[in-house]
This record gives sequence, C-alpha cells and structure tokens, in this order.
Amino acid sequence: MAEVIMPKMGDAMTEGKVLRWIKQQGEAVQVGEALAEIETDKVNVELPADEAGVLAQILVPEGQTVPVGQPIAIIARPGEAAGEAPSAPERPLAAAAPPAPTRAAPKEAPQRVPPEERIKASPLARRLAREHGIDLAEVQGTGPEGRITKEDVEAHLARRAAAAPAPAAPAPIPAAVPPVTEEVPLSRMRRTIARRMSESKQQAPHFYVTVEIRMDEALSVRRQLNEALGDKVVSVNDLIMRAAALALRAYPNLNASFSGEAIRRHGEVHLGFALALPEGLIVPVIRHCDRKGVVEIAREAADLAERARQGRLRPEELQDATFTVSNLGMFEVESFTAIINPPQAAILALGSAQPRPVAEGATVRVAHVMKATLSADHRVTDGAEAARYLGEVRRLLENPVLLVADLSAGEAPPLRRRDNT
Amino acid sequence: MAAVTTYREALRATLMEEMDRNPAVVLLGEDIGVYQGTFRITADFLSRYGPRRVIDTPISELGFIGAAIGMAMLGLRPVVEVMTWNFSLLAADQILNNAAKLRYFSGGQVEVPLVIRGPNGAGVQLSAQHSQSLEAVYAHFPGLQVALPATPADVRGLLLTALRGQDPVIFLENAALYGVKGEVPDGDAAIPFGRAEVMRGGRDVTLIAYSRMVHLALAAAEHLAREGVEAEVINLRTLRPLDGETVIHSVRRTHRAVVVQEQWKPFGAAAEIAALISEEAFDLLDAPVERVTGADVPMPYARNLELLALPHERDIVAAARRTLYRQ
Repeated sequence: MAEVIMPKMGDAMTEGKVLRWIKQQGEAVQVGEALAEIETDKVNVELPADEAGVLAQILVPEGQTVPVGQPIAIIARPGEAAGEAPSAPERPLAAAAPPAPTRAAPKEAPQRVPPEERIKASPLARRLAREHGIDLAEVQGTGPEGRITKEDVEAHLARRAAAAPAPAAPAPIPAAVPPVTEEVPLSRMRRTIARRMSESKQQAPHFYVTVEIRMDEALSVRRQLNEALGDKVVSVNDLIMRAAALALRAYPNLNASFSGEAIRRHGEVHLGFALALPEGLIVPVIRHCDRKGVVEIAREAADLAERARQGRLRPEELQDATFTVSNLGMFEVESFTAIINPPQAAILALGSAQPRPVAEGATVRVAHVMKATLSADHRVTDGAEAARYLGEVRRLLENPVLLVADLSAGEAPPLRRRDNT
Repeated sequence: MAAVTTYREALRATLMEEMDRNPAVVLLGEDIGVYQGTFRITADFLSRYGPRRVIDTPISELGFIGAAIGMAMLGLRPVVEVMTWNFSLLAADQILNNAAKLRYFSGGQVEVPLVIRGPNGAGVQLSAQHSQSLEAVYAHFPGLQVALPATPADVRGLLLTALRGQDPVIFLENAALYGVKGEVPDGDAAIPFGRAEVMRGGRDVTLIAYSRMVHLALAAAEHLAREGVEAEVINLRTLRPLDGETVIHSVRRTHRAVVVQEQWKPFGAAAEIAALISEEAFDLLDAPVERVTGADVPMPYARNLELLALPHERDIVAAARRTLYRQ
C-alpha cells in the first residue's frame, strides 16, 4: 500500500483542497497519471500518481481542504490485496487484517444513499435554495465536509445575478434577487491576494516614479514583427517585458528582495506578469527573461496566459519572480501605481499608449505616449536609481531595435550602467 | 434613579424590604442568625427581626425544609437558606414530592409559597460534592419554579417576584457573583418569571446563558466583536418557566446559537434549549446548535483542574466561530 499525501507545492502552501477526483476508487493507475485535481493558493494542479496500482481508497472527499502532508488516498500496488479485489474498495485496509467482528461494523456501513448523491446543507441553506429555486447540487459547499451554508447559497445567488442576461431579455421569475448587501465568502485566491498585498503595503515603504515613453517606434516594430511572422504573435507587453528585463541587468537593486538583514540581488531575471482572471489576479513567471528574445517571450507569455485561464499552470510557473510587470493598457488606463509583490523590490505599472500632442522643438506633433510608473521598496533602492532604471526602459522602448537585436547571447552584458548620466 | 450595589447587597436589601412590608415572611436556615449567615446574606437580620422571624435550624435539611413547607401551607411565607444547594439533596423528597406537588394533589386548595435560596454551582475549591449545579434537576419537575439571577438587578427583580408568588421557588444564587456590582432600579422592579433579557444585541450568533455564565458570554461577545462577529447575548433569568420566545426570536435572526451552562453536558439545560431551537427554528439554522458546558467529571479539588473543568470564555468564542464556519 502507498499513501498519497497532499503535496506541498510552493513554500507558502500549508493546505490544499481536493477539487475533483479524476480517478475513482478501484480504478487502475499508472505512474504519472493524474489522480486528482488540487486547489492551492493560486492554481489548480493535477496530482500525478507516484505509484502504479489500484486507487484502493479515497480518504478525502471532493471539496475538502486538508493540511499538507495528510494522506488523501491509498494506492494498492500490483499484487497487494486491494488490487485483487477492487470490487470491495471501501475496506482495503481490513483486507490484510483478520475480519472484524460483525458487531463492530464500520460506522458508514448502513448508508443507503451513495455519498456522492447526498448533499450536505444546513436547514437554512435548504430553505433559501427552495425559495430561490436553486438546485443544491449546483452550489459549492464550504462548511465541514462540504456542507452548504447560507453564505454559500448567497454567493451562488450573487454569481447567478452577475451572470444573468442583460435587462433586454427579462430573467425568469426565480432569478429575482433582493437588492440586499451580500457577503461573498473569500475565495482562496482572494484571501491570498488580500494577505500578501496588505503585508506589502504595511511593510514595504513604497515610492513611485513615473516617466512618459514614446511608443511609436515600438508599435511600428511590433507591426513589422507580426507581419514577418504572419500572425499576431508579439504584443506591446512582450516588448515592454523584454525592455524591463534587459534594463534590470544594469540595476540589480531593482531585481532584488529585502530580507530584513540584507538585500538579496538575484542572479537571474525572472519576470512575472500580472494577469487578470475572473477569480482574481495571478502572476505567471517568464524565467531568464533577459536572455530570451521577444518572440520567445511572446510565445511563452501566450502559453502561460492560456493555461492560467484553464487553471492548468504548474505551481513552479508562479514562483520565483524577481520583478513584476503589470499592464492595464488594454483598459485604456492612462497610468496607475501598483503594489509591490513581496519579497520583490519593485513593480512596473503601465498605462496605454495614447496619441498625444507633443512638442518637438518649435513644432507640435502627435505621438503615442505611454506612462510607466515604477513602485519601488525604499528599503532597497532610492528615487534616483528608480529614475535611471526607468530611463533605461524608455531608451530601449524608444529604440526598439535594441529589443529585437540578439543582444542576450553574448558573454559580456552589452548594456552597462552609465553611472555618470 | 438606579443605585449601584452588589449582588449580595441586593439580596439583603430585597429580603429586608419584603420582611418590613410583609410580616408573614420568615427566614430559616443553618447559621443564618447568630453566625450571621455563611455568606453573610443575613447579617444583622436576627437583631433586627428577632428569633421568631430569623430561625437558626439544626443541621437537618429534611427537617427544616419540611417545616417550611408546613409553614407555607398554613399562611406564612418562609424563605429557607441552604448553605449550598448541594445540601438540598437531603431534602429532595420534601421538595420534589411535597412542595412541588401539593397544589396539584389538593386540586388547588393548598398553595406552597416557599422560597429556597442559596449558592449553586462551583465556588473556589469546594470539591466534588460542594460544587454541583442542580438547576437542571429542579427544572425537570413540574410544580417548581427555577430562578437564576445573573446581576444585582436580576436578584432584586426575581426575588420580589418569588416572594410574592404562590408557588415554591428554587432560587439559585452563585457564590462567585455575591461581590458583583450592578445597577438596581428603585421602586417596584419585580421581574416576571419566564422573561429573558437580551443583554447585548447582535446579528451573527446568539449566545444563551444564565447565572454566572452570562458574564462569560458577555466577555466572549466582546472578544468576538473585535473579530467582527456581532453576538447577541441572552440572559435567561429563569429556566422554569423558560422564555423560549426570546431565544427563538433571536435565533430566527442570527441563524446560529451557542448555549452555555456550567453543568455537565449530558441531559443539561443546554440540551433542552438546543432541542427547543431545533423544534421551533430548524429551517432557520445555518449550523448545529453548539453547547459549551463543564467537563463531564466530578469537580476536581486542585485549582488548576477545577479551572479546566469549568467553561471558559474562549470555549464560547470557539463555539461561536464554529457556528459561523470560521476557525
């Protein structure tokens, strides 16, 4: 017999939720085959089997959260008793032991309704569901053993109200939700965001520096690249990420974290990019971003974003970012300030590239101007350094040939900090 | 005008007021006269009212409670002090088979307007046979009324009602509360039996308690408020009659209930109240009714173990959190 335990996926993970059992009791499993889907702080991951055999017993039902390290299932290896008798999966452990006396029957024995069909709900939740015409099977329970509570039903109602069709098509009567203040329970992701962002704002003294960057050249290079590639592969954000990563090489204090006793300057540039999902914010990471070309960054970012939307990111794809880029340009935002993602030292917030009149000598012409705002941790760096870094990002984006040139392969960093500027 | 006084003073003042007003009120009990009372509730009563109205009894609960029942049947209004309620067990037959049933047996011809009062529940290291809470025992029997004041105002209000009613009243004080201060309204502040008091309003969970546990529940509510949980605290004041209406009214709004008692858990007052809530408000419950009770052991003598065996404020906070599905 081999125990399957709740794995620790990431340093901050203390517990995980079994979202779904992909394999059922009695089913054969191969090494590496997905057993279950696990929800961690940020992502849903598939849990692969470490042992081949038969999934002899599921110890943790769907929807339940358990601490890291707790057994959640048992796999019977080939040749072991439960493997030979998969038809009696509920008592795999007893197989090797002498039969228990009949009086000491397992307490679950006289169950008439299969567990997956019995919905646990508080009386109030049942009543609310009845009043609003909700099928409890559609409601996710958050109480003990997945018990559906009043809050769960209310959250379901709120979601249904949010997803209701536009007013032009009148909703069926039961969808009427009284205009009351709703308490929406915190999702795991929301809870994590709340905690980490509060910590950041409380602990890291933020300061902000904003520059304007003319993006006409970068937009043009992007257009040329995509025409050459025959597809919309490269986004403005990919060019920005490339620029942000390259510029970090020259300003290691911004590619750093504050440990209380020291400043840890990271040897690698792992660039996180903020991505909005319906359930909240997620920051996938492009590793060694300063050593990757624009197209490579673009392909990797697109792949990460697509899998993030499907909830298929691996935990390591969300870890170890040394710097973060957050872009709200697609929402026509002029500029904003972001909260540093701890323990990183800085985050770059980008608005949209908007056509603006700009003075050039004595004439005025229209240029696409993007505002870039760096939030930095004053424990680690100072305003002048932040300004120089932003100046480098601007130089790269305004001279985008530097972004597409193969500058990353050489041994010596081609970009040097110009301390006398 | 309301005056601030102690639980003990409220007992003394109310007894005196009724003795002054009504010459039929007489006191009986061990050491209540010459010795001034074990807990000094009746200090100076002997010199003030004389030995015909303040009667020191032999050490025989069966005898003097039986005598008091006879006095009550014949028109007096005796108030018996039991040194602790544990000793009332010696007179259980008199209380349960005579006092509680005489009106019923006589078809309403005979009334027993008797008050038996004294400290109930755990004190400080009084050990297993002197620390018991007997309210559920007495509240079980029809024919008795069971009052448990939590505050000086309760003492005055409930004792006035007890001294003016026509039925035997089990008046359960708490020794740990004798020094507790509170406002007592002037004038005729009689509190009808069967009327609970909402001591603190709240919308998230209802904490139901009586006697000393009310103070724990209030402290727990204060603690919960700091976590953003608004707990409503109900002081039942009498267990028989029981004010189910106030309890149900509250639980209908909060959807969650925690019942607190000092007694052992099995077959206690909290079980009765939890069952009542299930019967009357089942469809409005969002979580099982929680009980916070004493440990299911004879009271230990050692102080550290005694404290562990008694309900604590943090137990109430934890139970309230469970009803809210918070850990």
